Amino acid sequence: MNKIIHKQHFSENVVQLIVEAPMIARSRRPGHFVIVIADEKGERIPLTIADSDPQAGTITLVIQAIGDSTRKICALSAGDCLHDVVGPLGRATHIENFGTVVCCGGGVGVAPLLPIIKALKLAGNRVISVLAARTRDLIILREQVAEYSDELIIMTDDGSDGQKGLVTDGVESVIQREHVDLVVTIGPAVMMKFVSLLTKKYDIPTVASLNTIMVDGTGMCGACRVTIDGVMKFVCVDGPEFDAHKVDFDEMIMRLRSYSD
Amino acid sequence: MSQLFSGQDIMNCNHSRDAQWRQQLRDQISAKERTAIPRAKMPELDPAYRITCNEEVNQGLDASQAVTEATRCLDCPDPQCITGCPVGIDIPGFIKNIQRGNFREAALVLKETSALPAVCGRVCPQERQCESRCIYLKMKKPAVAIGYLERFAADAMQHSGDDAIPACLPSNGMRVAVIGSGPAGLSFAGDMIKLGYDVTVYEALHQIGGVLKYGIPEFRLPNAVVDVEINALEKMGVKFVKNCIVGKTLSYETLRQNGFDGIFIASGAGLPRFMGIPGENLINILSSNEYLTRINLMGAGRPGWATPVPKGATVAIIGGGNTAMDSVRTAKRMGALRAIIVYRRSEEEMPARLEEIKHAKEEGVEFLTLHNPIEYIGDDKGHVRTMRLQRMQLGEPDASGRRSPVPVPGDIIDIDVDVVVVSVGVSPNPLIPDAFDGLDITRRGTLVVDDTLLTTLPRTYAGGDIVRGGATVILAMGDGRAAAKAMHTTLTKK
Repeated sequence: MNKIIHKQHFSENVVQLIVEAPMIARSRRPGHFVIVIADEKGERIPLTIADSDPQAGTITLVIQAIGDSTRKICALSAGDCLHDVVGPLGRATHIENFGTVVCCGGGVGVAPLLPIIKALKLAGNRVISVLAARTRDLIILREQVAEYSDELIIMTDDGSDGQKGLVTDGVESVIQREHVDLVVTIGPAVMMKFVSLLTKKYDIPTVASLNTIMVDGTGMCGACRVTIDGVMKFVCVDGPEFDAHKVDFDEMIMRLRSYSD
Repeated sequence: MSQLFSGQDIMNCNHSRDAQWRQQLRDQISAKERTAIPRAKMPELDPAYRITCNEEVNQGLDASQAVTEATRCLDCPDPQCITGCPVGIDIPGFIKNIQRGNFREAALVLKETSALPAVCGRVCPQERQCESRCIYLKMKKPAVAIGYLERFAADAMQHSGDDAIPACLPSNGMRVAVIGSGPAGLSFAGDMIKLGYDVTVYEALHQIGGVLKYGIPEFRLPNAVVDVEINALEKMGVKFVKNCIVGKTLSYETLRQNGFDGIFIASGAGLPRFMGIPGENLINILSSNEYLTRINLMGAGRPGWATPVPKGATVAIIGGGNTAMDSVRTAKRMGALRAIIVYRRSEEEMPARLEEIKHAKEEGVEFLTLHNPIEYIGDDKGHVRTMRLQRMQLGEPDASGRRSPVPVPGDIIDIDVDVVVVSVGVSPNPLIPDAFDGLDITRRGTLVVDDTLLTTLPRTYAGGDIVRGGATVILAMGDGRAAAKAMHTTLTKK
């Protein structure tokens, strides 16, 4: 059982939880995720670790209520427990000084993007962050992202904040203005697909963090399988990050709808 | 007799063949009378009823059936059955205790060498192990039903509420870590705790038991039966840490720093294989690991449980092993009207146990042998709708001696399907080798071990599927015993 130490609402449906998990807090690096089971009869769902505090023995999770399980987790209060938390899982993000990196995220994807932004900045990169959402209220972690970015660009569908437009509009404006060595993207699969198509056009290396359906998260089942450059890979052990230009996003988007009925 | 160690020294119970009570039992009935008794038949649930539920199909012998079956055993002076058992159970010792009505003693004899008798009595392929060496076969009669009797004794103990906890030696001050709580890890843990070690088992999943929990279905091995055996280990002092992935949650270095004197790696071969044919990533095509995990471990299909699982009128399972049989029989219970085994060789070559094949057939499973999928075709939403099968015929024997299947040119059929479960084998999980510096692996990804199951790292042993690739529960348990023996020898060497 893992106790919830602190809870904060980012918006109506997006919640940040600080959760007791001492062993995970110690071993976790940017890019890692956990599998969480809400209660005894709950399902195993993957959630990226947004932050951790090895001294306090806690990890930070950001959850959007979109289905039964995430709604249940979002409804928990400080003092409640998550039935199971296991991790850290997946391969950690490869961090080095690439030069100029554009980090773009949408929705709750900003939460897993934040530790990568932080690590890239600390490794000496020039970091330009592009955050996108439907509307102003849905932009999360703005101050934290700004703290570790050389520049922060906000994009909203309705123009209620920053510039009106999609994440790709923001990324393209940077590409046209200056040399970009790497793009990192985390968000809805459709968003990552279009970021990938854009950067392919400009031939800029791009990393996407894939968010597929998972069960065990340790390579046992293949629920999270994706096609990378024509070869089957498991997101939970081979990823979650891949060369975005090699990902078959259409297949991945199709498979995400496996249980939509 | 192939007593490995511990049993006799610790138990100090009088069940050797020379014991007076055994001599009396031998003198009671003539061999001729014994061999005239027909082999016990396992009572089973009716097929029409059992596919409507998840209840255990084999109901187990009752006490009088068990005593009669035990009477068949001739108590041979040189019992070959023991040599066929990978964990070296004193088979006549426990069977003769059943014959004299001392079921508790029978269970304790089993527990000397096996941490999981209630499990082995149910899932071991006895026809290829202990029962294949029974003297009755030489007389052209069916072997003594050792598996049924093992199950009977273990269940009798479980039902009596008695824990059947074998005695343990006093603490020797040494600590050992076990990676993985499947059959190999549990068997190792059981032997080491008896020898006085402080044992900690690390498990990646949220339940203890490995394949016994996520793989083998309730109708063959109820989880409650597994839990009784695990609780017994816990009462003996074995510590279990769930949700802990060695190599991720805890590094090898941390394990070493935590002062473990020895490590046993039993992380299994969890990585499912796929065939790599077009359309295999369509929706509702799953590995058998995923299908069975969702249902057995995660409760999919049961009211109130959150995990979903695909259902459909026609479910096809690709493969012919025990996992394929478990999957296809599960599909029947999940409401499939047609549940089909698709296998590229003929029924004769199927690796599944004969009993599983028989049960599957009774339950209405269709067998499409000498067929191999070559493509899946989906609808506009990406759901699989059709499997395209290539008819096969048996060609020349291959290196393994089995006749290899070859396509019949041009003979291709399409069958409508809603769900496909791919059960064509597993590969060793790379998680552990990736995390342990200096751990050598073979070309197949299994761990390199010497004949004492020592890996290329000091005082680090390995066994079960991480060494063998996909094998059986009892072979994994045998490895657990052998590794315990080898590690104990090393750690106590001056």
